[in-house]
Amino acid sequence: MDTTQYLDVFIDESTEHLEVLYKQLLELEKKPSEKTIIEEIFRAAHTLKGMSATMGYQDLANLTHKLENVFDGIRYDKLSVQASMLDILFEAVDHLNAMVEDISNGGNGARDVVNIALQLEKLENGETVDSDSTRTRTADSKEAVSTQAFDHLDEFELSILNESLERGFHNYEIMVELTNDCLLKGARVFMIFEILEKLGEVIKSSPAVTELEEENFDTSFNILFVSTSSQNEIKNKINKVSEIHHVEVTPFSVQSNKTEREEQLTETDVAQAVSDTEANNNSTSKTGASTKTIRVNIERLDMLMNLFEELVIDRGRLEQIAMDVKHPELEETVERMTRVSGNLQNIILTMRMVPVDQVFSRFPRMIRKLARELHKNIELDIIGADTELDRTVIDEIGDPLVHLLRNAIDHGIETPEERLQKGKQAQGTIKLEAFHSGNHVFIEISDDGAGINKDKVLNKAIKSGVITEKQSEALTDQQIFELIMESGFSTAEEISDISGRGVGLDVVKNKIESLGGNLTIDSEVGKGSVFSIQLPLTLSIMSVLLVEIGKEKFAIPLSSIIETAVIRKDEIMSAHKKKIIDFRGNVVPLAFLKRIFQVPQEEKEADEYVSVVVVKKGDKLAGLVVDSFIGQQEVVLKSMGDYLSNIFAISGATILGNGEVALIIDSNALIK
Amino acid sequence: MENDIMLDKKVIVFQLKDEEYAVEVSKVGGIERLLPITRVPQTAPFVKGVINLRGVVTPIIDLRVRFGIEEQEYNESTRIIILNLDDLEVGLIVDAANDVIDIPKDAIEPPPEVVGAVDVDYIEGVAKLDKRLLILLDLQKVLSNDEMNELKHVEG
Repeated sequence: MDTTQYLDVFIDESTEHLEVLYKQLLELEKKPSEKTIIEEIFRAAHTLKGMSATMGYQDLANLTHKLENVFDGIRYDKLSVQASMLDILFEAVDHLNAMVEDISNGGNGARDVVNIALQLEKLENGETVDSDSTRTRTADSKEAVSTQAFDHLDEFELSILNESLERGFHNYEIMVELTNDCLLKGARVFMIFEILEKLGEVIKSSPAVTELEEENFDTSFNILFVSTSSQNEIKNKINKVSEIHHVEVTPFSVQSNKTEREEQLTETDVAQAVSDTEANNNSTSKTGASTKTIRVNIERLDMLMNLFEELVIDRGRLEQIAMDVKHPELEETVERMTRVSGNLQNIILTMRMVPVDQVFSRFPRMIRKLARELHKNIELDIIGADTELDRTVIDEIGDPLVHLLRNAIDHGIETPEERLQKGKQAQGTIKLEAFHSGNHVFIEISDDGAGINKDKVLNKAIKSGVITEKQSEALTDQQIFELIMESGFSTAEEISDISGRGVGLDVVKNKIESLGGNLTIDSEVGKGSVFSIQLPLTLSIMSVLLVEIGKEKFAIPLSSIIETAVIRKDEIMSAHKKKIIDFRGNVVPLAFLKRIFQVPQEEKEADEYVSVVVVKKGDKLAGLVVDSFIGQQEVVLKSMGDYLSNIFAISGATILGNGEVALIIDSNALIK
Repeated sequence: MENDIMLDKKVIVFQLKDEEYAVEVSKVGGIERLLPITRVPQTAPFVKGVINLRGVVTPIIDLRVRFGIEEQEYNESTRIIILNLDDLEVGLIVDAANDVIDIPKDAIEPPPEVVGAVDVDYIEGVAKLDKRLLILLDLQKVLSNDEMNELKHVEG
């Protein structure tokens, strides 16, 4: 079978399944008794096995098969999850990952996995002997305690049964067998239930009532019944219904039902009954949440986006026309259209956006592994994993992040001993944080490690000829930190396995810049370092605030705006020749857009008030002074073409409802 | 040069002050009446701004300013010639655009040493037709300038 055409799909899906495996294994480490996690892992392993076998990757299929076996064991309580097991499982998944990577690089996915396969087998078999006996015991005890059809009662049913006992009712299990030639089984069931309803309350039936009414049963059924009547009374009354072969009424004991369950639980090593029931309750909702996906070529999404952009422009025009014409029906229709296209827009945008979690999710295990190798105690704190970025950016950002994290682990966080000596906690923390700000997404990697030693950096830089001693004197801290991003620069005193392989931060920097972002470093010796990556959102449709400056209209992305304010002229203060205002306790520098954009001046009448748009970049603020606010609008970001690229503080243009072009202000460029 | 094989050159003739210029038809995407122009700050003085050309934001250059001819109020006959050069789309503001003609290849002469106020650099050649003198423009060079040297690599 020629499978090459499926190769891409295979690789994509395998990567996805491996992702699930890693993630769920980490979860499992935290909650070893959580059944839903095991199910999830099993499913992923199973699918992966099937796919790789179909594609003819035997090694991959074999190893996955072994893995699957282990989880099958866990699933049926033949094995219990232990910490020692997880290491082997992680290793196995690492091997799988390496194979898939090999395949995606054009290899055949072959890999020596004898060792790990053996270990998995040991896992699978080593425990099986023990747990087999457990299983038989469980089965026995089940036999002994229960002949009842109602093994699984939910909490609600149990509480009713318990309550009825307390109130002096009797709980019965009734077994009714109809004659073989019974014609109207449904009718008989109905009659029996009618009698029972008069005597007491039916809690549950097996099969369920609806099944019974539809005659979906053989000849007999069971009912769980609460009543004050005696055993015989019930039996006699039911027997009055014709075509009944046999009725048996036995007292039902909640206790036995319960203890039996408990025994089962303790014997099978599952940690606590609570988590078990929780898992049961959750399982429905959790499986419901696993999303179904289809794969769409990103080009088609781009095309869809382009078409939609056209639509948004026309929508703007229509809105304008409707406002001018003031025809109620037209207005109503346009309003509806606006709403619908608004929803459509959200969907199209979110289709292209994926949470950074896709990249972040592989970091916890990477850190876990590296920390172990380096004998460091490190906790990874991930914040804002649901921050969304355009798909194309996500695909590219993985490697730079890995590099920075490796750096933080290797050079940043000290060994536990060193940390204790310095009076820090033995466990180091690396914080990985993603957040939106303005038109950008920021990803920050901060550690509470040793920080960057400025003198060391300077010495190194001078030694390697990156700068001269003279130059070094004039450098600011920021500039010194930036030196470590120069090519051919590595401050690690000895080259370790983790980072410092000669691929320096310069590669990271270049990559990020090629994505239209930038990388900044902040650090304090002894306290730690912060690497901050700023990435463009590449959102082509956005909400903006339209403002007027002179006779020109400009758009300021809403995402970067904190607030608009109208302030009195005398509130503007002067600090070292810079105009500033006091905005809610913050000193905010003002940027007079009229001057920056050289807007043709008409002689301005002495206006007492100034309109200010307060914008942010990261945690820095600035106030943009404009003439007036026009309003909020959804616009399509249009490039101004290659001819006019890189204009200061202008990120693009947009077409307004009346067909005019308005420029979009890049407020980030205005904040220093 | 690319037009060596062609016998005739189809050009669009436009007017600036009292001289006639010509650009190749194949490079012209359209001729538009004056559209509202949005000024773009901090660009070269001859970049008048951008227009909305049927949904595409297109930069506009005032050729008078580009060639150092004194500016003139735009009027009824003012036109924007939309150029398509590779993937660049740029509009030129001209006084009038009124003709499409074929220039026989042998009517084209190399640029003279000095022609009016225009720097020789922009001129590909001069065509003499009857009593008209058409100045053929090298569009790449018209568009390129020191501040926008990203165009330099496309020069023929």
